[in-house]
Amino acid sequence: MNTPHITVKDLTMAYGDFVIQRDLNFTINRCDVFIIMGGSGCGKSTLLKHLIGLQQPTQGDIIYDRQNFWRSSDAERIRILRRIGVLYQSGALFSSLTLAENIALPLGEFTHFSRAEIADIVSYKLALVGLAGFEDYYPSEISGGMQKRAGLARAMALDPEILFFDEPSAGLDPVSARLLDDLIINLSDALGTTIVVVTHELASIFAIGTNAVFLDTETKTMLATDSPKRLLAESKDSKIIQFLTRGEGNVEKTR
Amino acid sequence: MTAGADNPSMKDISGDINLERIDAEALVIHLTGNWIQAAKIKPVEQVLAELAILTPFVRIVLQAADLKQWDSRLPTYLLAILDYCQAKRIQPDLSGLPEGVQGLLKLARAVPERAGDRRSAQQTPALAKIGTMVLSGLADTKGLVIFIGETVLAGISLMRGKARFRAVDLFLCIQEAGPGALAIVTLISLLVGLILAFVGAVQLAMFGAQIFIADLVGLGTVREMGALMTAVIMSGRTGAAYAAQLGTMNVNSEIDALKTMGISPMEFLVLPRMLALILMLPLLCIYADFMGILGGAIVTTSAFDVSLTQYFNQLRKAVDLTDFSIGLFKSLVFAVLIATAGCMRGMQCGRSASAVGDAATASVVNSIVYIVVADSIITLICNRLGI
Repeated sequence: MNTPHITVKDLTMAYGDFVIQRDLNFTINRCDVFIIMGGSGCGKSTLLKHLIGLQQPTQGDIIYDRQNFWRSSDAERIRILRRIGVLYQSGALFSSLTLAENIALPLGEFTHFSRAEIADIVSYKLALVGLAGFEDYYPSEISGGMQKRAGLARAMALDPEILFFDEPSAGLDPVSARLLDDLIINLSDALGTTIVVVTHELASIFAIGTNAVFLDTETKTMLATDSPKRLLAESKDSKIIQFLTRGEGNVEKTR
Repeated sequence: MTAGADNPSMKDISGDINLERIDAEALVIHLTGNWIQAAKIKPVEQVLAELAILTPFVRIVLQAADLKQWDSRLPTYLLAILDYCQAKRIQPDLSGLPEGVQGLLKLARAVPERAGDRRSAQQTPALAKIGTMVLSGLADTKGLVIFIGETVLAGISLMRGKARFRAVDLFLCIQEAGPGALAIVTLISLLVGLILAFVGAVQLAMFGAQIFIADLVGLGTVREMGALMTAVIMSGRTGAAYAAQLGTMNVNSEIDALKTMGISPMEFLVLPRMLALILMLPLLCIYADFMGILGGAIVTTSAFDVSLTQYFNQLRKAVDLTDFSIGLFKSLVFAVLIATAGCMRGMQCGRSASAVGDAATASVVNSIVYIVVADSIITLICNRLGI
């Protein structure tokens, strides 16, 4: 069952006159673990910002289900945003609130749960990311990796349909990164969450990605969209192969 | 290979470079001695000048048989020579160098400079500077208009009972902007009252009219200084804090996180701060008025032979409710201006530590300018209307 969840059509992203990427066309299907990959500075994070409504496209459309995100009214857009969760690179926890308050914030704003119910959900989400018992800590009191995991717990608070990850494994030790990957697969399998990941961590890309788009800095556009494994096996583009093999392979070698 | 093994004493640390011509086409460069940060080495410009004299040749062979220690000094030096070679189309032969050096040189050249990436530090002409200033002024104005519009929208949703912010945040802001500022407001307004009284008293005492100090202090404080001094204190204290708080949240993507949660940062962050200041500044202003009058009383009664009763009777004749309301109205206007400047600068803050500092500075400078301009306008209007 391949129903499109997010469709990107002819998207051009630019800061003023400076074009980052142009003519992006790809589809993220329901239950996909979709990887946005490419070298540093190719506009991966910028693409994410466009998808989550922080930056307006210069041209083109982003369509959630059948709704055109950037051509909807503000109220509609907020309704779409409530169906998504975002894990920022730094975690972006509210530093003036404790972890529990951070996670309870969207629950308190958008649901009708009682205080006790919210506290239970908060504990459950924290336990899911391996932070049971850290409810009353402030973000500045825990390590960067823990902040990231708490950020994930907050992103998952409302059981979003789509979860966005900005460089999830950056700053995590290999074991934690692996656990995070497992968690992502779990979310996608068990809850049917669509997952969009910005990353250049090869291990993660192959472990979790079911679909991907490859952005290129030089040509300022996407080179391919397909599952990472198939890209590695079938792509004829040397840039993609180099990226997926850490620059060791070329098209001939992998054949 | 790097510094360590047999540390020679300071004076004999030096590296030598010798140029030797071997045939018509090639030149050998011998590198000997210690090529480390602390070593005495001939400046590279001098070597390049010597190379220029020895041209033409098509090949340079680099030899480092007697090289002892080296660090970043050597590759940096060699890169300058290699750049020269590239410019003159001379073929460098690096095989005589230690393997480590070769590797580093290769690495330094591995990713070529992207065309257009380097920021040139060239001087912009004066006309362009003026143009940039005008453009940034326009952008500032646009930002201000957008911010005011968003604030009004947030205010409307507040009145319709739909604004999303936590009551706790409002109370924290009130605590910070109100009671938290009492001490400094007490000190400053008391002293300003004192100063006003002294300045006036010297002149008035010449006519034996010390009793009119009460008029001077009363009117001066209630109509003008109370509101103005509180506003200046609060712009430095609270306005700057708002700018820094919101700016830091911007740096940490917290504001982005709110947006993608579907919570408006204008409602969630800006509204409670604005409300707190708008509620608290008039109250602080009233308090400052009383403190100023008290300061005047201290001077008049202790140094100028006027009794406390006389002072207060005179004061009651001089100051009426209109004067009081004008001061209060001013403080309300100032509160809006300070909160706007502080929150706007914070929300527009860039994403670096220095941007947060700039935001705090800009918020204080802006709010003081706004305050003084608004004060002049209001005073002028009052004067024309005769109130």
